[in-house]
Amino acid sequence: MRRLSKIAVVAVVASLALTGCGKNNDKTGNDGKSNANQDVCKTAKGDGPKVGLAYDVGGRGDQSFNDSAYAGLKKAVEDLKATCVTGEAADGEAESARETRLKDMADAGLNPIIGVGFAYSDAVNAVAPNYPNINFGVIDGFDPDTKPNANVAYLGFAENEGSYLVGAAAALKSKTGQIGFVGGVHNDLIKKFEAGYVAGAKSVKADIKVDVKYIEETDLSGFGDPAGGKAAAAAEYQAGADVVYHAAGASGSGVFEAAADAGDGKWAIGVDSDQYLTAPANEQPHILTSMLKRVDVATFNMIKSVSDGQPLTSYQTYDLAHDGVGYSTSGGFVDDIKSQLDDLAAKIKSGEIKVPVKP
Amino acid sequence: MNGPSVNGTKVLRTLAQALLAPLIAVVVSVIVTSIVVVIAGASVSDFWNVILTVPSHRNLVNITNQSSMLFLAALAAAIGFRMNLFNIGVEGQYAVGAFVGAVVAGTGFFPGKLNVVAAVLAAMVAGALWAGIAGLLKVTRGVSEVISTIMLNAIAGTLIGYLLNNHGQQYGQGRRTTPIPESSQLAGWTPWDAVDGSIWTLTILAVLAGLTMSFVISRTRFGFDLRATGQNENAAIASGVKVKRMVLISMLISGAIAGLVWMPALFGQADYYGPPFQHQLGFTGIAVALLGRNRPLGIAFGAVLFAWLSEQANPLALVADISPSIVQITQGVVVLAVVVAYEVVRRWMAAHEQRELKVALGAEARA
Repeated sequence: MRRLSKIAVVAVVASLALTGCGKNNDKTGNDGKSNANQDVCKTAKGDGPKVGLAYDVGGRGDQSFNDSAYAGLKKAVEDLKATCVTGEAADGEAESARETRLKDMADAGLNPIIGVGFAYSDAVNAVAPNYPNINFGVIDGFDPDTKPNANVAYLGFAENEGSYLVGAAAALKSKTGQIGFVGGVHNDLIKKFEAGYVAGAKSVKADIKVDVKYIEETDLSGFGDPAGGKAAAAAEYQAGADVVYHAAGASGSGVFEAAADAGDGKWAIGVDSDQYLTAPANEQPHILTSMLKRVDVATFNMIKSVSDGQPLTSYQTYDLAHDGVGYSTSGGFVDDIKSQLDDLAAKIKSGEIKVPVKP
Repeated sequence: MNGPSVNGTKVLRTLAQALLAPLIAVVVSVIVTSIVVVIAGASVSDFWNVILTVPSHRNLVNITNQSSMLFLAALAAAIGFRMNLFNIGVEGQYAVGAFVGAVVAGTGFFPGKLNVVAAVLAAMVAGALWAGIAGLLKVTRGVSEVISTIMLNAIAGTLIGYLLNNHGQQYGQGRRTTPIPESSQLAGWTPWDAVDGSIWTLTILAVLAGLTMSFVISRTRFGFDLRATGQNENAAIASGVKVKRMVLISMLISGAIAGLVWMPALFGQADYYGPPFQHQLGFTGIAVALLGRNRPLGIAFGAVLFAWLSEQANPLALVADISPSIVQITQGVVVLAVVVAYEVVRRWMAAHEQRELKVALGAEARA
């Protein structure tokens, strides 16, 4: 009896210990690999720049942030005859693992090397000085110290401006007067999405109620947790929201599932990529629009600048005026309010509307 | 009469059990991982080539550093496991310890190296207190430590996030604690070129903690009580062990060791608690403890194995187009296989012993 209960407890503990990896394993087994065979880097044979692209948590196949970077890479392969090698961050990996990834790429003679996601900021800062002849780019990145790096470009976006537009769309489409937001990780970057979204919604309906939830406080696994995304969104739909916007990377697929489960008249808003195009058929009727963060443009520009011999360095901001952010119209669900949204966009571009960056 | 030879077979048998089970486990996990790699549509030989390639200098440095943290996390879990106390909360305890340690170190209240000592002690106390909540709940209210520590993990994450977001220093797109003063940063030991990185000074904490714990467990009254409670609680009570006190003390020790987990990285590399903080060491530590059968030596082996797998997996995506996350499957299967293999080998041994006994008794009866 005692032994039996001991074995049972060990089994429980083992399964608990393994759930930590469970999320990742799913990802590896399913989408991450299913399109591995179509990876453009496998077939690229051009004589253009040799690109190293290091994905963030979630990796290629997240149909959002990382995939947007991949789209830019693909364009570079097609237009600039680039070849490429990619790496991917794992959940809970050591800071040294990021550095090693970049060093491996630099040692392999790749140039430029692009880190997809702010989490590469420290690693690039540590690695770049050792490779002065290689150009690095960090999407959403920043320089962590006061010593400037001559060979690093920090590719930032005005996510608040794009989020303002989809926030307005959400408020215009909402019938319950209540909308929701699901963030992946509660950091200043994602709060920028929240701030723009809330401000945009209030601009068209001052008394609208916005329900805000974050999947993780500090752990980056919040960007690769579809189950967490689904739970957060389902709670918001249940509380009365009929439009939910997510800024949660690969966790967003859970938000779309929750929208489909919630039934007719419930909408979700995608992020980074045009997520209508990659969503399953049963979820497509629920994807109102997507806030486009043109990571693909930033990635492509970075590669092109190196290919042209005039590499980008320092801070680069992709805002609405430079088509760095925007919203998608696939599905045609926002066609009736498009003129209103475009008016707002024009006002942001002209500076008449100042979109806050903090909630 | 034939005492020595019986002892001889016994030693041989113990040795066989000690080696057979891990061997079976490794073989099983190699097979399972290979199958998964095939299902994922990648090349099995590529996969093992990358994993088993000779590590470069910087890989060796990283494996050493990671092993030290994994070892501490596993040791923290193992203390509880030895007395059937399932502390699933190492994850939360080391996060709280790391955060408090970083805050204390960041204030620079003490000068130079004294600051390091103060921060490490603060981290231990914080980890111990966080674990102590679960211990207190168990002895006073009978709350299962499995449940309470899992809850405390979630609370720890939210609490630290709240404190960082409201009192932390702006750091790019995130927040961090005040960096520790330069005089308290520990350069570590650089065995090769500077570009290959250095082995963190406080990895020594893992060695010290390992030695201390193996001494305490096998050579002290407390260690005896701990093992006795784990093996048979009723017998332990009968022989005068105060089980409630033991629960609380071992929970505190477990938490204090958990508090040490991130200290090597804090002083050796990060210099603050912020976005680069490494999550999930606590959960991985539980797996390593199971793999190491809760013995310091076994844990050391398990920690190196896990650190090796994680580090070597990094170039998988670059070289073989396999997601590095796949080694987490290998790690999971190793643990599961070890647990199962030990049980299978133990039963097999027991059956074998019974058969021998029967034969011996039969011979005696005939004689």
